[in-house]
Amino acid sequence: MTSYRLPAGGRVARGESLGFHFDGRPYAGHPGDTLASALLANGVRLMGRSFKYHRPRGVLTAGSAEPNALVTIGEGGRREPNARATMVELSDGLIATSQNRWPSLALDLGAVNGLLSPFLAAGFYYKTFMGPARAWERLYEPLIRRAAGLGRAGEDSDPDAYEKTWAHCDLLIVGAGPAGLAAALTAARAGAETILVDEGAEPGGALLYETALIGGKSTDETLADMLAELAALPNCRLLSRTTALAWYDDDVFAAVERVRKAPGGPAERLWRIVAKRALLATGAEERPLVFGGNDRPGVMLAEAGLTYARRYGVAVGRRVAVFTAHEGGLRTAKALAASGVEIVETLDARRGARVVSASGGRGLVDCEIEDGGRRRRLQVDALLMSGGYAPRIHLACQRGGRPRWSEAHSAFLPPDDGLPFVCATTLADALDEGAARGAALVGEIGRKAAPAAFGAIDGDWTPSTDKPLWRVPGSRGKAFVDFQNDVQADDIALAAREGYDHVELAKRYTTNGMATDQGKLSNLNAIGLLAEARGVSPAEVGATTFRPFYTPVSFGALAGPHRGPHFQPVRRSPLDGWARRRGAVFVEAGLWMRASYFPRAGETHWRETVNREALAVRGDVGLCDVSTLGKIEIVGPDAGLLLDRVYCNGFAKLPVGRARYGLMLREDGFIFDDGTTSRLDDQRYVMTTTTAAAADVLRHLEFCTQVHWPELKVRVVSVTDSWAQMALAGPRSRALLQAICDADLSNQAFPHMSARAVTLLGWRVAARLFRLSYSGELAYEIATPAGEGELVAEALCAAGASPYGLEAMGVLRIEKGHVTHNEINGTVTPGDLGMGRMVSSTKADFIGRRMLAREGLQAPDRPRLVGLLPFAPQAPLRAGAHVLREGDEARLENDQGHITSSCYSPHLNSHIALTLVTRGEARHGETVQVWNALKNEYARARIVAPVFVDPAQERLHG
Amino acid sequence: MASLIRCPHCGPRPREEFTIRGAALKRPAPDASEDAWFAYVYLRDNPRGPHEEHWHHNGGCRRWLTVARDTATHAVSCVQDAGAS
Repeated sequence: MTSYRLPAGGRVARGESLGFHFDGRPYAGHPGDTLASALLANGVRLMGRSFKYHRPRGVLTAGSAEPNALVTIGEGGRREPNARATMVELSDGLIATSQNRWPSLALDLGAVNGLLSPFLAAGFYYKTFMGPARAWERLYEPLIRRAAGLGRAGEDSDPDAYEKTWAHCDLLIVGAGPAGLAAALTAARAGAETILVDEGAEPGGALLYETALIGGKSTDETLADMLAELAALPNCRLLSRTTALAWYDDDVFAAVERVRKAPGGPAERLWRIVAKRALLATGAEERPLVFGGNDRPGVMLAEAGLTYARRYGVAVGRRVAVFTAHEGGLRTAKALAASGVEIVETLDARRGARVVSASGGRGLVDCEIEDGGRRRRLQVDALLMSGGYAPRIHLACQRGGRPRWSEAHSAFLPPDDGLPFVCATTLADALDEGAARGAALVGEIGRKAAPAAFGAIDGDWTPSTDKPLWRVPGSRGKAFVDFQNDVQADDIALAAREGYDHVELAKRYTTNGMATDQGKLSNLNAIGLLAEARGVSPAEVGATTFRPFYTPVSFGALAGPHRGPHFQPVRRSPLDGWARRRGAVFVEAGLWMRASYFPRAGETHWRETVNREALAVRGDVGLCDVSTLGKIEIVGPDAGLLLDRVYCNGFAKLPVGRARYGLMLREDGFIFDDGTTSRLDDQRYVMTTTTAAAADVLRHLEFCTQVHWPELKVRVVSVTDSWAQMALAGPRSRALLQAICDADLSNQAFPHMSARAVTLLGWRVAARLFRLSYSGELAYEIATPAGEGELVAEALCAAGASPYGLEAMGVLRIEKGHVTHNEINGTVTPGDLGMGRMVSSTKADFIGRRMLAREGLQAPDRPRLVGLLPFAPQAPLRAGAHVLREGDEARLENDQGHITSSCYSPHLNSHIALTLVTRGEARHGETVQVWNALKNEYARARIVAPVFVDPAQERLHG
Repeated sequence: MASLIRCPHCGPRPREEFTIRGAALKRPAPDASEDAWFAYVYLRDNPRGPHEEHWHHNGGCRRWLTVARDTATHAVSCVQDAGAS
């Protein structure tokens, strides 16, 4: 048996041993231990080094507020820095490592910072590192970051799974201490769907170490009875190891559950809990006392000492003193003594007995005591302090209310009395108020509940009404307020002297409360000291703002399953398999995976492939997947009217069986999207949108039909995923298609811009056929039900169509001057793209009509779409490069426009580009310079019409 | 901001299912003044207090809703179909 383990008592399984390592040394503990209790049982008091001065530190608490005992747990991908040793459950083979020390925890050279402390006081950043500004990045920041710090994050990928889930309930209770358990029993007995969450490994809160008797029974028995009853109630869910992190509007809570490991199960689960009612039974935090050396390993909170003794069966020392500033501390001292801990002395600050300094290098050795005006030394290896209690109001204040100072409690309470929050000063109070609140809350949602009763309390807590002691008078040496950020009482005083006496300013000047524990133990003392320095009440100083999260959360929990291949969904075209079988190289386009090009054996460069594909379309026939285009069906007697109002060109007179290109504007007059819309029958149209804007266009149409013009008899629905769509383009396209199509495809029967239903492959596939051309060739778009697309694509390829991808499609459209979102960039009008004449002058209304008429949008010097041909045909023109007049310097005021799209044209054997150039349509033939700012390269080029191939459109109608 | 929106068609749903377009403004008549159009397209109030907005339930019924909420307290006082108002 290890030396500090008490002979009996505690909830640990003494019959079973768990081996673990701390800083490479092997130790043993029991199931039920935390890392902190197991280390204490092994006589290890030194567990970490402090952030700024590298002071030796041990545990201060036995709970989630722990600021000192921060360690790194695990290795490789499971490495977790800054874990609180007080919250880490001991498991067999656990590997823990101390942090912020070099070369070792016992001998830490960084401790030299302690000697420099006169220069490292509050605000030292601002005073010391004034300039030069350059030095910040190169010198100061790296230096400070190396010297001060916490654990190092792991670099390997985390192999564990994380998940997210929702829960709904009538009553959510945060905190499974006596109040929370009483509320849960009350609500669950009444049939309410109840969720009780607690951050600890075991529910029970104070009942896990309490000495009082409840109705004649020990707290262990009471707790066992309560848990057994709750477990038997099917409408109650008790989640231990689950920290309620945040309270959001509408009583939605976030909580993270550290799941007991099961094969294949998650490591953590992020809960979002929607509660009809919520009760915060979050208990209270004990307040440290501020005196010199109050951070020595071995100095800890009194209740932590009691917890280690009664819950874990560990004595925090062999000679223990208790130092209290209130009545409750005396009771804790008695309880400790009754639990077998050797209490050598109890010092009551109210009666003039004070610890003025605690000393000892790597652990407490002795204290200097001032007692009735006399100083003496007291040899102890543990000192338990208690400054009083403050309710944990973090969650209660997250929704923006300011906490209120209560003189009676010497603490801040939640913003208003109406808030469902248990603030109890005795165990009887906690049980009664918990039960009463539980009954009242479920009563509000229509359930009659009788508050649970537990009998009389024997040996209850002592309510403390003592005035708080913010700083021990006569204290000598460094007296810490914020342990994790090394903020001393003197720093607070300094901040006040230097004018940073507003609570929010003092916080930032001293960094008090800004560590990962968010000042759970330090904020109140800092406010008290600030109030003293200003000569006002803490009520006037006020508290800083509480924000989610309550305790640090792993990135894994927040990311949940959304990482790696599941980071976002992947959309695959119905023709994906067809493209894969042909060796397509895919490119991500939004969520879509699109076939970019189809390399063949022997091709060494993607451009070689793309050239071949583009030449095949213009010379023979090619097949391209265009399924990703947005497809929206517009149905109803007013469908044509809707189209007339959302496109800037006319649609009302589009005959059945015809398609039309349309430009859709935003209300501010700029182009939103383009595409073709076909009229399939009298009241049915199908619109295509660009791939990128498909979702936005649908939303826009829904807004128009639901909000602008709800009186229109029309419905819109996305059918993008229902149809596979492919473009068959090239001089041989008609011949290929006619062979598998039942309809007459001659020019007379089915001219350019026609649309109709057809059957393919001998009645096997009912398809929609459109004669549209993006490539400028004789071309068709074939839409088939999604599941039949591959069948048709395979048949066309077997008949000789060669597949081409997104890259070749880009080449073909740039050669024809067809625009895409490279050109439709949110700043262009129809006129800018040479389509000004399309805009209807007769329609009374369409989206964008009024703002398009503004002077600026009609100005003659706007950028206009032109083509660019370089003088050196093999030198690439880069999209984004700027156009300058010959001889002009590359300056903003000389800018003539920029290249929007560029490619190599295998038909012209030259690089070409589409460009927006000021007054471009009047400048065809002009020689300009193209400036690539990224490489500071200049090239000469000639402005030409933005159609490089077949300007007479003969191929289209072929 | 509210965590749950009570969609009149779908019931209480998490706010992640919705997208906010902005202030619920009425589109001016086609022949309204230049100023009215300019205000509709570009000018927005930033009130502290009651505020009406158009929200789209894009992850649910895909209806546009008018959400009346208080920007200071986050309280949502009314959610109705935008076509109904």
